[in-house]
Amino acid sequence: MTWKTVEYAGWGRFYRAKGELARPERASTLDQLVRETPCPAIGRRRSYADGCLNTDGRAIDTARLDRILSLDEEEGILEVEAGCQLGEIVRLIGPKGWLPMVLPGTGFATVGGAIGMDVHGKNHHHAGSFGQHVEAMTLHLPEGRRKVTPADKLFGATVGGMGQTGPIGTARLRMQRTKGPVMMVTERRVPNLDTYLELFDNSEATYTVGWIDATATGASLGRGILEEGETGAGLVPPAKRGRRIPIDAPHFALSGPIVRGFNATYFRRIPERGRTVVKPLEDFFFPLDKIHEWNRLYGKRGFHQFQCVVPLSAREVLRDMLKAVGESGLASPLAVLKRMGPGRGGMMSFPTDGYTLAIDFPARDEAPAMIRRLIAMAVEAGGRVYLAKDAFAQPEQVDAMYPERETWAGICNNLDPDGAYATDLVRRLNLRNL
Amino acid sequence: MTAPNRTGDAGECWLILGATSSMARALSRKLAERGASLLLAGRDMTDLEASAADCRLRGAAMAEAVRFDARDPDTFEPILERMAATSGSLNAAVFVGSMPPQAEIDADPSMIEGVVSDSFTGPARLLQALAPMLEERGSGTIVGVGSVAGDRGRVGNYVYGAAKAGFHTYMSGLRNRLTRSGAHAITVKPGFVDTAMTWGLDGMFLVAPPEAVADAILKAERKRQNVIYTPFFWRYIMMIIRAVPEPIFKKLSI
Repeated sequence: MTWKTVEYAGWGRFYRAKGELARPERASTLDQLVRETPCPAIGRRRSYADGCLNTDGRAIDTARLDRILSLDEEEGILEVEAGCQLGEIVRLIGPKGWLPMVLPGTGFATVGGAIGMDVHGKNHHHAGSFGQHVEAMTLHLPEGRRKVTPADKLFGATVGGMGQTGPIGTARLRMQRTKGPVMMVTERRVPNLDTYLELFDNSEATYTVGWIDATATGASLGRGILEEGETGAGLVPPAKRGRRIPIDAPHFALSGPIVRGFNATYFRRIPERGRTVVKPLEDFFFPLDKIHEWNRLYGKRGFHQFQCVVPLSAREVLRDMLKAVGESGLASPLAVLKRMGPGRGGMMSFPTDGYTLAIDFPARDEAPAMIRRLIAMAVEAGGRVYLAKDAFAQPEQVDAMYPERETWAGICNNLDPDGAYATDLVRRLNLRNL
Repeated sequence: MTAPNRTGDAGECWLILGATSSMARALSRKLAERGASLLLAGRDMTDLEASAADCRLRGAAMAEAVRFDARDPDTFEPILERMAATSGSLNAAVFVGSMPPQAEIDADPSMIEGVVSDSFTGPARLLQALAPMLEERGSGTIVGVGSVAGDRGRVGNYVYGAAKAGFHTYMSGLRNRLTRSGAHAITVKPGFVDTAMTWGLDGMFLVAPPEAVADAILKAERKRQNVIYTPFFWRYIMMIIRAVPEPIFKKLSI
């Protein structure tokens, strides 16, 4: 059968949809599907909210279009089908001395999803976003396949375009040579926000990321652990096979006191003087992937992730955000701070020069108000929120955050006048309204 | 080369018949990662070329797409020649078969021949020519993927079931023959597997991913098992279904 009625959700498990999914296994089947039923393509549903949902509509699940088609070791170009997961690329191609230029925090994300959300990684300040390293891609449109390169105006609408220019079938990615198959990681405690930002500004490491204790207040506000990594030669045991969270955790598992206690212990895990450790590549790039379905730790009601980027000059707003979050007692242990560079691949891409802060919140009744407050602060500061994660932005806030939205919507509407590719996210934020 | 070839040994060549199916793709990938040579056989050459490239990048010593149509014996000879020219142990895994809805077959009984060719006589004819090569080398395994539908005829798909039952019996005889020379044959009876064929079908339960079937096949090959059900519990489900007396069974619609 072609279509299956499925109930599915984003990674946060808060927004859910019921609709029909097709799961083609061959490119020719994809061609046939897009001719007969133009609809959005979705990958492994690692965007947090409703960007991968099409309630009461149809969508194409690309999970089985996941083959690696070629590796050109002279040019450093990898060609893959869009459903190929980034973690598989690291596992299979990493040992040959090549890595994608950009890797997000989960290896379960697909190449198609990484393009559609123009994801960034721990090296964004040097390497830019995922879409900037796409040499070409093939869109499967009702009238046939279309190769899109950076010279094409559809390219900037597709990269970061949340699938609104149609299903991607294959992509050619520029790869980088690694120095070796392991990661040398320096971890150090950071006592507060000012020190954090200073360390980020001065870090010369290729990869940097900071865990931040979002429950800390007062003098410790913004404390955390900074990780700086470089690929290197060495020997470590291969990344361990993941464990699965078998059940939805009870709600108290992430209550305020437990999170505070966990965070304090997690912070002290690193010796005061810091340390350098050697890790398998996957453990550094995708630390949470070892715990399959970790989203179940948030229980049945799910969770939200707020992620914003604010300009360098507006860094003080981070303090206000952390203060608000710390006082609310709503945060989970998952919070990340990073310096971003200016690199972005498309009109609706999230990254911009500044600092990005991401915080997870269990989906308690108080969470939406907290997140709306944070979104307002980000907008006020001239920043923006990441639409791959957003759950509560308002349509009227979008144009201030994404000034190219109208131009982008024009291109999408021209290509898809009936709005066949629209998703729940696009409808919630009126992204394609002119 | 007469030494029995074990898992991980260099020099194993696998012919995958029906290589575009998701179970075949899962098995091919696992074989590729242990360095096997692969001949991916089927009708959709574009798709097979993509899978061959994927297998090469996963570590296959060699992976090539070859044309195979169960209903066209002219496609068999080039494959057999290719196998004969390959050194090392020769192995094959058969995933071909077709399951048109029973209602379509009821409307057009001439479809029966196609189903039987796809699921039984086509692959059997090729295996029959391949068997002497395995005997000559004294090694190798032939994996025949049948179906639990072949264990008992049911109103919903008895033509497909009959073809698979024929194939099961053929595999049993082939095993009886090959064991004399040190080669082996495995009958695989999958229950519900999450493939394009079962996607969206009503009444599916305990659906196994194709990777689980591939793992079960490799384990059976390692342990030289004869008949496996996958997932394993289907053995017991089918034991019960086979035990239902015919006077009762004929009134059921399961």
